[in-house]
Amino acid sequence: MDTDQLIRSLAADNAHRAPRVGTVLTMALLVAAPLSILIFATFLGVRSDVMSAMHNPFFDMKFAVTLSLAIPAIIVSLHLSRPEALLRGWGWLLLLPVGLLAVAIGGEAMMAPTMPMSMRLMGKNSRVCLLAIPAMSLPLLAGALFGLRHGAPSHPALAGALAGLVSAGLAATLYASHCTDDSPLFVATWYTLATALVAAVGALAGSKVLRY
Amino acid sequence: MRGREDEWTGLMRSAMAGDDAAYHRLLKAVTPVLRAAARRGLARAGQPPDQAEDIVQEILLAVHLKRHTWDSEAPFAPWLFAIARNKLIDALRRRGRRVFVNIDDFAETLPGETPQETASAGEVTAQLNTLPQRQRDVLQSIAVDSASIKDTAAKYSMSEGAVRVALHRGLAALTAKLRDD
Repeated sequence: MDTDQLIRSLAADNAHRAPRVGTVLTMALLVAAPLSILIFATFLGVRSDVMSAMHNPFFDMKFAVTLSLAIPAIIVSLHLSRPEALLRGWGWLLLLPVGLLAVAIGGEAMMAPTMPMSMRLMGKNSRVCLLAIPAMSLPLLAGALFGLRHGAPSHPALAGALAGLVSAGLAATLYASHCTDDSPLFVATWYTLATALVAAVGALAGSKVLRY
Repeated sequence: MRGREDEWTGLMRSAMAGDDAAYHRLLKAVTPVLRAAARRGLARAGQPPDQAEDIVQEILLAVHLKRHTWDSEAPFAPWLFAIARNKLIDALRRRGRRVFVNIDDFAETLPGETPQETASAGEVTAQLNTLPQRQRDVLQSIAVDSASIKDTAAKYSMSEGAVRVALHRGLAALTAKLRDD
C-alpha cells in the first residue's frame, strides 16, 4: 500500500471519535476498584475502633497523605498521556504527600510521646502493610494501565510508574482504615516502601504495555 | 515555518470538527516533512533510506489513532513531532540501533524541500495480508480502489456502519501488528 492510499483510508476513518483518556482511565479504575475492595473486605476490614480513631488527627492524616498521592498522580498521568508533555512544571504535585508527611512528623515530634520512636516507626502491622497495599493495588494498577494505554505517553516506563502511584495511593487509602498504626513515622516508612514497590512494578509493566 | 505550522493547526481543528477533506490535506501536507526527517534519522543511524516509507506510514497510523490526545487549544506541530520522534526511535530500535533522535530533525525541515512522490512501503502491505478477510477487503476497497464508504458498503453488501467499524478495526490492528513485530 503506498502512502497516498494509506492517507486516503485514514481520512475515510476521520469520523471515528475516541473517548478522552481521562474518561477511559476513570472507567477502568471504577471497574477495578470493586476487586480491590473485595480483597480489603475479605482479608482486612475496617479497624474495630474506627469511631474513636476518627478523633485522632494522625488517623485522619493518613487519608490526607494517601489521597494527596492518588489524586495528583491521576492528574500527572493524564498530562503525560499527551506525547509532547513534559514532567517539568507538574512533578512538584507528586511532592504533596511528602510535604504533608513532613508536617505530620514534625507535629508528632512536638507532642508528648506516648510510645518510643522506634515502636512508632516499626508499629505492629509493617508486614501486613507491605503485603496488603501491593495486593490491593494490583487490580487498580491493571485498570490504570488499561486506561493510560488509550493515551500516547512518550515515556512509557514513567507513565507506568505513575499508574503505580495512582493504584498504590488508592489502595493505601483503603488500607489506612484497617491499620491501627497511625504514627506518621510508620506511614512514611512502610506505606512509602509499599508504594515504591508498586511504582516499580508499574514502571516495568508500563515500559511494555504503554508503547503505542 | 510559523505560517506552515499555524496552517496545520487550523487544518487539524477543522478535521476534528468533522472536515474529512481538511484532514486529508493535513496528512498530505505533513508527509513530506515526516519523510525527510525519517530519512535523516535513518542516515544518522547508518541505515539505508529505503525504509523511510515504512516509518512514515507508522507515524501516520499513530497520528490517526492517537489524535484524541491532541489538545485543540495547543499548536499541532509539537504534538506531531513528538509522535514522529517516538515512532522513529522505536523503528530504529527494532532494527537493532540505539539512537537518540533530535526533535529538531523534524522542526528544521527546510520549507523548500521538494515533496517526493508517494512511495510504497513493505511493512504495512505485508501486515495487511494478515488481517481478517473483511477488514482487508474494506481497507483494499477504500485505500487502493479509492472507493467511498458508501460504494464499499454496496460492493460487499454491508451496512455503512459495518464498513466504518471494519475500517477502523483494520487500521488499529495494522498499527498493533507493526508495533509488536
